[in-house]
Amino acid sequence: MSESVEFRNVSFATSEGRLLLDGISFKLKEGSTTAILGRSGSGKTTLLRTVNLMRDPTGGEVLVQGENVRSKDLIDLRRSIGYVIQEAGLFPHFTVERNVGLLLEALGRPKEERGCRSAELLIAVGLDPEAFAHRFPHQLSGGQRQRVGLARALAAQPQILLMDEPFGALDPVTRAEMQQMLRGLLDRFKTTVLLVTHDLDEALYLADRIVFLSDGRLVADLAPEDFLRSEAPEIQAYVRVFRRGEMRARQGASR
Amino acid sequence: MTAGFLAQYGSQIASLTIEHLWLTAAAMLFASGLAIPAAIALTRFPRWAKPALALTNILQTIPSLAMFGFLLPLPWLGDRAARIAIVALTAYALLPILRNTYAGIRGIDPAVIEVARAMGLTDWQLLVKVELPLATPFILAGLRTAAVTCVGIATIAAAVGAGGLGELIFRGVASVDNRLVLAGAIPAALLALAADAALGLLERWRKVPTQ
Repeated sequence: MSESVEFRNVSFATSEGRLLLDGISFKLKEGSTTAILGRSGSGKTTLLRTVNLMRDPTGGEVLVQGENVRSKDLIDLRRSIGYVIQEAGLFPHFTVERNVGLLLEALGRPKEERGCRSAELLIAVGLDPEAFAHRFPHQLSGGQRQRVGLARALAAQPQILLMDEPFGALDPVTRAEMQQMLRGLLDRFKTTVLLVTHDLDEALYLADRIVFLSDGRLVADLAPEDFLRSEAPEIQAYVRVFRRGEMRARQGASR
Repeated sequence: MTAGFLAQYGSQIASLTIEHLWLTAAAMLFASGLAIPAAIALTRFPRWAKPALALTNILQTIPSLAMFGFLLPLPWLGDRAARIAIVALTAYALLPILRNTYAGIRGIDPAVIEVARAMGLTDWQLLVKVELPLATPFILAGLRTAAVTCVGIATIAAAVGAGGLGELIFRGVASVDNRLVLAGAIPAALLALAADAALGLLERWRKVPTQ
């Protein structure tokens, strides 16, 4: 399989000279899901945003389908990449239907097509179009908003989907439902996904590869099963934290 | 006020009200045409926002009588006093429109702008589909403040001979005739209230629903 996205020695320094990304290199296989895991401030979001040039790397290059993103037309590049963020960022003045169809609207597609596509996508993300198409974002729960955000990102059938902590603000049960729904969708659409998360469980459940960042450097690029066995101290520390509560409860029970 | 007074001055009050309205409307049109695009430009170059707002602020603090006086000798204004009045009123209307348009656009949830950019909207699409609709209630609030201010200050325009309801007020003050003062002041107040109410309604209608 070919590479959908490739990071080649990507660096990013702020204008004050702080290095947020330091020589990151890895590849995303077409149709695969890669989770970027790491602590806050490790550079996860910055790295994700270099793909659609919401951040312009100060060193190295990002390739999409073998071509440097900088040599592509910026608007075309962004239209071909889906983008989902934690706050959903729905347009508060548009109905759910128009939110989902806005990119198609920007592309000049007819209203009928936008309506059909929007209904199709709402069903795909588990929302009944009859009930939801004409609601406004403020009439939705957090989970529903994320579903609409995801439907919107998929509207123009992107080859690549960038997700920045998409379920970070949801309660664990809703989050689990959303993760399950996303898995089903990804199996169907074969989209290449880059997912920023600090939830180890989410990374293990959704990803084919886990990339671990620490202080802007790439620590590991591993399959989920190898990730838990990794001997890198940063990764071990990270994994330990996630099991801390469980460990304590188990010890308490045996006491 | 007696029926005789109204019979004598009625048609004059009507024509001066129309003149007043025209001065205000022309100034509002120019001020909107200048301030809204300028505010949009400032959201693209926020570094210039502070000086620009400071400048319009200074314009706002010039006493209106002095402003009309300053403008009087300007040769390019020609001989029509109404033009002086419109220029002065425009200057007063700039600040509320500029400030509100700027604040309305800058106040939009950054996540919304981020997604709009990341999904590949062009600058123009971002402006007309996202920023302006979301800022509209703020822009309308600015227009409302500007309109009320203009209606009030336009009464001073009579001092430079530009007409409007101020003419009755000045004449009433000069001849110590309270009926004349009121004949100018009451329609002016009603105009201000009407402008305020109309734009207020529009503002409520355009308000974006939030949780």
